[in-house]
Amino acid sequence: MTVLGLTALVATGSVAAGLLGALTGLGGGVVIIPLLVIAFGVDIRYAIGASLVSIIATSSGAAAAYVEEGYTNVRVALVLEIATALGALSGAGIAVYLRTDVIAITFGLVLIYSAVQALRPPSSEALADRPDRIAAFLRLDSSYPTSAGTRDYHVRNVPTGFALMYGAGILSGLLGIGSGAIKVLAMDRAMHLPFKVSTTTSNFMIGVTAAASAGVYLRRGYVDPGLAMPVMLGVLAGSMIGARLLHRAPPARLRQIFAVAIAGLGMEMLYRGMTGTL
Amino acid sequence: MTGRDSREAAFDRTLGHVLRAGVLLAAAIVAVGAVVYLSRRGMDPVDYQVFRGAPPEFRSVRGILTGVQSMSGRGLIQLGLLFLVATPVARVVFSVAGFIRQRDWLYVAISTTVLMLLAASLFGG
Repeated sequence: MTVLGLTALVATGSVAAGLLGALTGLGGGVVIIPLLVIAFGVDIRYAIGASLVSIIATSSGAAAAYVEEGYTNVRVALVLEIATALGALSGAGIAVYLRTDVIAITFGLVLIYSAVQALRPPSSEALADRPDRIAAFLRLDSSYPTSAGTRDYHVRNVPTGFALMYGAGILSGLLGIGSGAIKVLAMDRAMHLPFKVSTTTSNFMIGVTAAASAGVYLRRGYVDPGLAMPVMLGVLAGSMIGARLLHRAPPARLRQIFAVAIAGLGMEMLYRGMTGTL
Repeated sequence: MTGRDSREAAFDRTLGHVLRAGVLLAAAIVAVGAVVYLSRRGMDPVDYQVFRGAPPEFRSVRGILTGVQSMSGRGLIQLGLLFLVATPVARVVFSVAGFIRQRDWLYVAISTTVLMLLAASLFGG
């Protein structure tokens, strides 16, 4: 294939990746890696480098709109970013002692299980209106726009969310991708944030997580300009379209899309763990 | 006390502007690099099946800047990607500044911690 042909095809696929990434809070990597590896036969290391670029592009491209519209909880994001950054640093330190294939398979199974769970909203008991002391101290409670106007919400179980985010940081340090899935699940399941707040806050955070490891990937030669260029431009366009669609998307439908996406990610992790392509 | 007050909304708008400016600047540089790269190499065959790694001159900030000076299309693309990587970092820097202006010392501390951890992983790894 010629450079021009590959650029056009990869850019087109990347628009879809950016759209899905922006709507689910997962980043573009969920689509980019299988697209490049399976459809174009790209070596996994180039694909990981392109995926990193796509995560930062999705995050920053959609976040501008999400923050301005008031979906993203900036304070929750900053508090949890401490946990992810600590996790990423310790993940890099323990990588030599762990078998990444075992981790990938475990993570894959957890994601497939979570996909089934994610279809159901948290039980109404859990959404009860009792304030949480830590959330109150950190002033995490906020409000977000819905089709029926602005709605207040409370944040719960901050320590659990913090611990899960630490785990997400370790995993992203070890496996390169997949931290968006845990971020959304931790905020949705453990901290009981509204689904759109969970996905947009995850989207806001993954850019920082990915940027932290960009230097390493650049030095290793994973970020090839010829491949990263159509990915970046395509994903950015897709994420900006996605950010416009979120407002109208019903949360139940978003949950379905998210569940399918993390089930796919889980299968990808199983495959990569079993074939040793990490 | 819940809900977002007007000061908070203004702060969020500033963060939105930072993010949008960062990605648009990065995309513009990548697009210029793409035009140069595609006009020169568009008809060349490509193959990413075997990992050779990106050319060494595109793996470091210094190498990328040298490439940009000689109007290398791929050098420009990498420069745009550096701006892309810098965008989320800039967002954290602006958060620190925003909380200082609001005299919200708890969040000055939290966002400064994030920034230091980010610097540690960017320059330590």
